[in-house]
Amino acid sequence: MTYIAKPKFHHPGLKKNELGYTHRDYEGKISTLCAGCGHDSITASIIEACYELSIEPHRVAKISGIGCSSKTPDYFLGNSHGFNSVHGRMPSVLTGANLANRELIYLGVSGDGDSASIGFGQFAHSIRRGVNMTYIVENNGVYGLTKGQFSATADRGSKSKKGVTNTDNAIDLVAIALQLGATFVARSFSGDKTQLVPLIAAAIGHKGASFIDVISPCIAFNNHAGSTKSFDYVREHNDAVNRLDVLVGRDPIAVDYAPGTVQVVEQHDGSRIALRKIDADYDPHDRLGAQTFLAKHAAKGQIVTGLLYVDPDAEDLHSHLNTVQTPLNTLEADTLCPGSAALDKFNASLR
Amino acid sequence: MSDKKPISSVNDFVVRFANVNGSGSASANEMFARAILRHGVPVSPRNIFPSNIQGLPTWYEVRVTEDGHLGARGGVDMMVAMNPQTWDKDVAGIEPGGYLFYDSTKPMPSTKFRDDITVIGVPLTAITNSTYTDPRQRQLFKNIIYLGALSALLDMDPKLIEQLIGEQYKGKEKLLSSNVHALHLGRDWALQNLKCPLGLRIRKSDKVGDRIFIEGNSAAALGAVYGGATVCAWYPITPSSSVAEAFTAHCKKYRHEPETGKAKYAIVQGEDELASIGIVIGASWNGARAFTATSGPGISLMTEFIGLSYFAEIPAVIMNIQRAGPSTGMPTRTQQCDIIACAYASHGDTKHVLLFPEDPAEAFEFAAAAFDLAERLQTTIFLMLDLDIGMNHRLCRPLKWDDAKQYDRGKVMTAEMLEEGRDFGRYLDVDGDGIPYRTYPGTHPTKGSYFTRGTSRDRYARYSEEGSVYADNMQRLVRKFETAQDLVPRPLQANAERPTKYGVIYFGSTSPAMDEAIGLLESRGHQLDRLRIRAFPFHSSVASFLAEHDFVYVVEQNRDSQLRQLIVNENGIDPVRLVPITHYDGTPITARYIAKAIGDHQDHLKVTPLRKAVS
Repeated sequence: MTYIAKPKFHHPGLKKNELGYTHRDYEGKISTLCAGCGHDSITASIIEACYELSIEPHRVAKISGIGCSSKTPDYFLGNSHGFNSVHGRMPSVLTGANLANRELIYLGVSGDGDSASIGFGQFAHSIRRGVNMTYIVENNGVYGLTKGQFSATADRGSKSKKGVTNTDNAIDLVAIALQLGATFVARSFSGDKTQLVPLIAAAIGHKGASFIDVISPCIAFNNHAGSTKSFDYVREHNDAVNRLDVLVGRDPIAVDYAPGTVQVVEQHDGSRIALRKIDADYDPHDRLGAQTFLAKHAAKGQIVTGLLYVDPDAEDLHSHLNTVQTPLNTLEADTLCPGSAALDKFNASLR
Repeated sequence: MSDKKPISSVNDFVVRFANVNGSGSASANEMFARAILRHGVPVSPRNIFPSNIQGLPTWYEVRVTEDGHLGARGGVDMMVAMNPQTWDKDVAGIEPGGYLFYDSTKPMPSTKFRDDITVIGVPLTAITNSTYTDPRQRQLFKNIIYLGALSALLDMDPKLIEQLIGEQYKGKEKLLSSNVHALHLGRDWALQNLKCPLGLRIRKSDKVGDRIFIEGNSAAALGAVYGGATVCAWYPITPSSSVAEAFTAHCKKYRHEPETGKAKYAIVQGEDELASIGIVIGASWNGARAFTATSGPGISLMTEFIGLSYFAEIPAVIMNIQRAGPSTGMPTRTQQCDIIACAYASHGDTKHVLLFPEDPAEAFEFAAAAFDLAERLQTTIFLMLDLDIGMNHRLCRPLKWDDAKQYDRGKVMTAEMLEEGRDFGRYLDVDGDGIPYRTYPGTHPTKGSYFTRGTSRDRYARYSEEGSVYADNMQRLVRKFETAQDLVPRPLQANAERPTKYGVIYFGSTSPAMDEAIGLLESRGHQLDRLRIRAFPFHSSVASFLAEHDFVYVVEQNRDSQLRQLIVNENGIDPVRLVPITHYDGTPITARYIAKAIGDHQDHLKVTPLRKAVS
């Protein structure tokens, strides 16, 4: 409960990262979600990823829409500015914030109702524009806060807790993100932190639109037999194509990888991703191949997870708009206002 | 010809061009208006255009007015009828004694004319076809040829038109000389074959002065450049699109770093109005000056975000170029019909600041000021233009800027202030003006962060559903709105020569018609004090004006008398004392209309004493 203050003290021997911050410095308020909620595991993974990357917490802007998932930015990075905006409109708010100050890290947190239904358009267009952000959808297939209605990512034929069968086709946000040109696309499972943490870290290091679909079971309304977003179902049908390690700085790549099984991706921020292949044929640099692979496996009822696509040379919206390096929110009249002499000339041209 | 005498007037008449949309007539017609300005004679042109790209009828009306009456006048003294589709209506609309100018290449039956007007036929198509072979050239030069013929008929100085052509085609010698040639083809034909000049004439004068000729949308966009806007997000909608387009053009000219060529601005065409306002809110939350431009339907879509801006206290500037509603309404016709929709936009208890510029010069000033107001008040500021100001060239005073001016960034707590140990409560009113401090994201590693939300929270931005906490916040927002009263542009009052108990309130694009109507009313013996409202919330002088007069007319361009409703609601006064004068057919209000409506009402008020009536 948010009105219960979270105690500040911690074990004196708690490990510190490069900046001298402990895990605790990346935490937020106490979660008000249901005990066992998948979203809380994602929160923990975000904290872990930011700690490992040694990000200054206040240099992150956390932006969300409305819903259970969108409440979570209150539960991590308590020293960051957060914005719990309007239902389905996180992408536009994030886009504006990003335009105002290109130097912060933008973390967009959304849900399946927020991004696949009411905000489907904004999801699509922020991806199209290549906004430099990490866009995480905490995907549970239901509307949790309004008590268990199907969302647009619920699979056709899956059953609600009340026994109703979903007859609508599901939207696969990963497939859409690939089609719309996202330059970093991944899927993971809230129950698989070892896969999720490095994915989030790699997404933050990526310059461009990064999208991660995280299947996150709703313990209260979508964790029963007949659901395709339950813990049991996702574990049984999880088909990971790769596992990755994020290497910060110039550390040599660990030697214990078998030859030919690791692919190294250089990121724009200087970090590297070491991809350990599980499916030997999967190439995360092949957008079309990824789309086909996903479609084939979805037809078999498998949930493909891992880093599905990455373009290490991606550009972002600021490069498209050719904006100055200085954040726009720091510019003042001396550099923005053309002044009275220019105005006199302008007037003269209108006579 | 009947015995109706042809109208005779120097520097005071209305010429209307009836054209087909997409025929290239717009630039020739605009050149006609500019050429008259170059004679030192004020003009007030208006585009009357359809929601269409090619084929439908379009009109361009030029009011020539040495006295400087810039509102629409009503009536047509000379019709340049270039569109067969609208011929009958166009001919019928000419004032008795007026003139009809037409292309006489094909003979017309006499029933197509009137006998109380002067008919001037010029074989435009024949002249064009004998000179040009290319179909596109034929179409474009026909327009310049009629301009040439008109210059002879109206006694205009051809040198001044040549000068304009020279400026327009500077560096494009071939186009320049061929346009001048076309001008003289028409002019010479008229001089040789017609009795020139007509009763309508242009005579050189000196009434234009240093005034400029500009569209309100362009001026507002330049105001955004001067006011420091760096983020613009928009979605195309008539009549507002030209704001964003002009902002783009102005930024290309004024806002690139000379050394790097990089842009000191970001313009995004959103996927809809929801995204546009979302981008504005996100950018403003992060400390950039941001705006969007839209029209009625866009406002409807934006209202959820506008409520967030009000409640979470995030600056935003929305330029609303109003058009006739409701729904799609008349998208290319003017109205002042979004007053209530903007003043109280969004669900729950909300109130927003509205600015009402009267012309492009004020649109420039108010647009720049809107960004200071938005950051000072941390809320949405509406710049309420309309199609009449936004999309027509208007003669107005030159734009002015004080180079000593710094932007008012409002109450922003910096890292240094936080270091000093200043108490930061995002929704804490520290000095009684209802305005709290805010911090920009990324300010300080451990101090000053907060969670922005549309849900209720306490003074320190902590989530709360406590009734008293919620009410405390809502009361502070009322205090903030009271503070706004003294920050927004004040109403301007002009009193009649003699003391009177009658007053009139008006705003925005009604201004020039109202000023002219006052003269007409005075000539009928009606004395009226005037108050031009320039912003909402209303300054206390509005209440004083109401108290000083028995009856106050409220003149506006909508059906439901929306400003009057707002005045009644906010001032709690007896509605009977506020007389609505409304005009809402989509055309700009005219002085004649106002003078008649007010004059008739005034005549009614002169009650005959009862004893006299029964005796």
